[in-house]
Amino acid sequence: MGTDILKAPEGAPSRNEHLKKESNFLRGTLKEEFEDRLNGGVSEDANQLIKFHGSYQQDDRDLRNERQKQKLEPAYQFMIRVRLPGGVSTPEQWLVMDDLSEKYGNGTLKITTRQTFQMHGILKWNMKKTMQGINQALMDTIAACGDVNRNVMSNSNPFQSELHAEVYEWAKKLSDDLLPRTRAYHEIWLDEEKVFSTPEVEEVEPMYGPVYLPRKFKIGVAIPPSNDVDVFSQDIGFIAIVEDRSLLGFNVAIGGGMGMTHGDKETYPQLAKVIGFCKPEQIYQVAEKIITIQRDYGNRSSRKNARFKYTVDRLGLETVIEELHNRLGWRLEEAKPFHFDHNGDRYGWVEGTKGKWHYTLFIEGGRVKDFENLKIKTGLREIAKVHKGDFRLTANQNLIIANVSTRSKKKINDLLEHYGLTDGSHFSALRRNSMACVSLPTCGLAMAEAERYLPTLIDKIETIIDESGLRDEEITIRMTGCPNGCARHALGEIGFIGKSVGKYNMYLGAAFDGSRLSKLYRENIGEEEILNELRILLPRYAKERELGEHFGDFVIRAGIVKATTDGTNFHD
Amino acid sequence: MQFQVGNSPFNQNQVELLNQLLTTLTDSQKIWLSGYFAASITNSATNAPRSTETTSKPMKDITILFGSQTGNAHGLSKKAGATFKENGFDVTVSAMNDFKPNQLKKVSNLLIIVSTHGEGEPPDNAIIFHEFLHGKRAPKLDHVNFSVLSLGDSSYEFFCETGKQFDKRLEELGASRVYPRFDCDLDFEEPAAEWLDGVLRSLNEQEGGVHQEVAATTMTAPTSTYTRSNPFKAEVIENINLNGRGSNKETRHLEISLEGSNLTYKPGDSLGVYPENDPELVEFLLQELPWSTSDSVTINKHGDILSLKEALTTYYEITVLSKPLLQKIADHTTNEKLQELLSAGNEEKLKTYIDGRDVIDLVRDYGVWGSSAQEFVSILRKIPARLYSISSSIQANPDEVHLTIGAVRYTTHDRQRKGVCSTFAAERLNIGDKIPVFVQENDNFKLPENPETPIIMIGPGTGVAPFRAFIQEREEIGAEGKSWLFFGDQHFMTDFLYQTEWKQWLQNGTLTKLDVAFSRDTEEKVYVQHRMLAQSKELFAWLEEGATVYICGDEKNMAKDVHNTLLQIIETEGGLSHEQAEEYLTNLQQQKRYQRDVY
Repeated sequence: MGTDILKAPEGAPSRNEHLKKESNFLRGTLKEEFEDRLNGGVSEDANQLIKFHGSYQQDDRDLRNERQKQKLEPAYQFMIRVRLPGGVSTPEQWLVMDDLSEKYGNGTLKITTRQTFQMHGILKWNMKKTMQGINQALMDTIAACGDVNRNVMSNSNPFQSELHAEVYEWAKKLSDDLLPRTRAYHEIWLDEEKVFSTPEVEEVEPMYGPVYLPRKFKIGVAIPPSNDVDVFSQDIGFIAIVEDRSLLGFNVAIGGGMGMTHGDKETYPQLAKVIGFCKPEQIYQVAEKIITIQRDYGNRSSRKNARFKYTVDRLGLETVIEELHNRLGWRLEEAKPFHFDHNGDRYGWVEGTKGKWHYTLFIEGGRVKDFENLKIKTGLREIAKVHKGDFRLTANQNLIIANVSTRSKKKINDLLEHYGLTDGSHFSALRRNSMACVSLPTCGLAMAEAERYLPTLIDKIETIIDESGLRDEEITIRMTGCPNGCARHALGEIGFIGKSVGKYNMYLGAAFDGSRLSKLYRENIGEEEILNELRILLPRYAKERELGEHFGDFVIRAGIVKATTDGTNFHD
Repeated sequence: MQFQVGNSPFNQNQVELLNQLLTTLTDSQKIWLSGYFAASITNSATNAPRSTETTSKPMKDITILFGSQTGNAHGLSKKAGATFKENGFDVTVSAMNDFKPNQLKKVSNLLIIVSTHGEGEPPDNAIIFHEFLHGKRAPKLDHVNFSVLSLGDSSYEFFCETGKQFDKRLEELGASRVYPRFDCDLDFEEPAAEWLDGVLRSLNEQEGGVHQEVAATTMTAPTSTYTRSNPFKAEVIENINLNGRGSNKETRHLEISLEGSNLTYKPGDSLGVYPENDPELVEFLLQELPWSTSDSVTINKHGDILSLKEALTTYYEITVLSKPLLQKIADHTTNEKLQELLSAGNEEKLKTYIDGRDVIDLVRDYGVWGSSAQEFVSILRKIPARLYSISSSIQANPDEVHLTIGAVRYTTHDRQRKGVCSTFAAERLNIGDKIPVFVQENDNFKLPENPETPIIMIGPGTGVAPFRAFIQEREEIGAEGKSWLFFGDQHFMTDFLYQTEWKQWLQNGTLTKLDVAFSRDTEEKVYVQHRMLAQSKELFAWLEEGATVYICGDEKNMAKDVHNTLLQIIETEGGLSHEQAEEYLTNLQQQKRYQRDVY
């Protein structure tokens, strides 16, 4: 293998690279800036660094213009994202998050598409207290954002509880072991005494080094037949291989990612490709070596092209596999066969092993909030107070009340009924398979509404669905406010990316099991046009579909869109 | 013998010199002198005849001392001074604190024009003089003629208290009252003019009719076209709420056009605004009255006529009760309960009743008074103008004046109450509306004349208003002096008044330092004085460099706390005793380096 192929792209390092380098392992000016009282926000540099600590600076975009007239600065506030491997939370942790969101946040919690809690609206002066509250509940926010390995996702399928527990332990270990080693987080938020010495870089960050990764890095672990974590959307996907109810190991897939930039065809969503198999105990080593390949050869000049997927496509999959084998000192085994059915959640009560029950609750848009007529937040608080099992935040923004004993089941059920919390069975299957990112008003990247708008759009689509007799037909629909794709729009059978306020690009043709990307169908259209298109497409699907054929497959067979066979032809 | 201005033809200066000389003369020297003068004057008179009138007739001196918080007493003093000058007096007009107490011995005619502040306290620039006069070191004033004009607000319990105290004390010290004290309510022009007329006449009479022709007093005559009694109808060109969503407060930023008025002002001055009553409140009142809303009433001496509804909306005060008002009403009603409330022994009860209630409560509790709408309204006081510290520099905003008004709303006695002018601005004043305004000078709150003098500004809440004017002005004239603002309020997110402007001034260097305290953002309440204490070393260094300190805003809590904090800083950082620190601060005050605009 020629070493000339194995190199990072040329070009001056981006601003963020300098920033990381000069940050003294993610400290920068954070401590000083968070003590300053004159500014509600922090500097742009600090804003980049704080991501590594699990937070973004945002502002309430609804109020921007109004506040400008009032001679007030934007309503700066912070989002905090917890690192919650596999989305598993104890009832105690749930209660802490609930309390912190009331005390310091905007009173709501968001269950993210990467299985964790997100809190919005935290003021600068409350950040430390919030971080400490999270830590006291044995959680943290380290590396929940930033150019490092993020929250590791893991299947939350309640059918196979024992396997889930085993796979979860691997996911958690992966998440913990891949954490940055710097003590910056502990010093800044937890008042840990600073050690006055200048250790070598290798001592501080043996894996990441002083400039960390070129871009964010995501890992997900799936247990077939459920692909709820969208394993192919990850930089590294691990697919659990089970034989005779025991875990053999994992197939390894590399090079997935959803983000792209409008108008730049050099950027595209991509799916991870399966490159082999490893044993459970090899999972950390495999991940570590893959991460170091990205560390060494990823694009540090252009952040738009810095994700691992571009590194893989640029170097070539075979080259990367070869390099991985070299770094491992051994070769991955041949990938084992596997089969996925779906990437959505299965709702309602399910009996698991050892007499434990699991209830998957439908939470639209993942927003845990007390609405006028639906007190989700209060209801879950009351459940958390009596629940003896745990909670699992799902990759589809829902919540599993897991490990409920037969004895407790009635109590939980009564509370669910009392607060009107349901499996969503009274909604269309379309709504139950919907996902939306946060978007406006807090996300700085948002170009159009997502979470606040999708429910009302679905109201209108449901009319068409009902007329077509498709109420119980599962179709995934996903909306993101910008092309970065937090809601994995490119894997929705109906996908929307925000272009500008009220306008979306509409995508069709993704596979129901998350194994095929979608294709652009209509560009820059508003609600009327969206509904007009669906008024033609959905009845046609209802009429012409074959037995068991999913909507995403139908639109391709019917020639409505061309299949995207690889991210590189997503724009074709 | 001792010469006095009153018993000799000499003026003050001459009297002093003569007295000094005479005590040293022997009898023979005195005789020699008398012969010398007799001869020399006869000579010069024959050589160059002169108007004996001007030389022989003594210039009568008059000293006008004022104590003023908002500038009314100061303004009146200046006008009184002008009037006396026109009538041939040698006039001295001075703020009480600028007047050297030992000069009192040399004063023969003394006028006191003083307002009362807060709970019966003298205004800032009267405190020292007030203390001196009431202390043991106060001199005998047998030689002094005096009269007092006191300003106040009858809705306060200690109405015109400071004026009353001066009046009483001067008498105790042996001075003779040439004209009785007048206690003026907020609507002070007419009584003040009357008082001045009276004083002038009495002094002239004492003089034995020397000055036959008394120049017309010009107390109410405008020095510029638009005044308190002839306000300018100014157009509102901007009206925004400065508090962000979710705030407990509402602070209006008003921009008002002065175009065509020729009105001008300096940073630190106030704008007087005549508000209208809340129509809803007027409606409540009208429902209690037996008369038709369209009954016409005559509202003033000029015979202007308005309908009852209009008069209650635009002319009469209906939101405040006072003891004098209730006493007047008692004369027009037979209601026994009211008579009883006013009778001796019920003072506490009366005070409690008045507190927080308005005319509607009164009518509901004690019935209507008078037999006609006319009789009913005649007892009410005219809506007084509200004074607001101007928050703009006219240099920076030609033909404009900006105000920063906190809307006052609270519930008491089972009803929501609203500040008349503040909610007039917040709820009913639209862009394009015209409101009657006038400029009220305030010489007690002014930027240092030297633009290089450092300034320390302490102004939480709406107290920040004049400091916006200060900084606008300093930016406009390119002042080089350092500046330091302490601002505070409840919440950073919603209550940081003029946030973007301060930040910009901080960035471009017009403002040197900014410290903020938001009391409800943290569990422990933090106020401006805590921020001052945290930087006491630097603050004291600024004082030592000659900085002027300004406090603007709430008097009851903030201004007292800040004052004590300043003392503490001076004590600690200056290594002084408490008494020395007090002296240090008094010194600053006398040098006009410690100025307050508190309310």
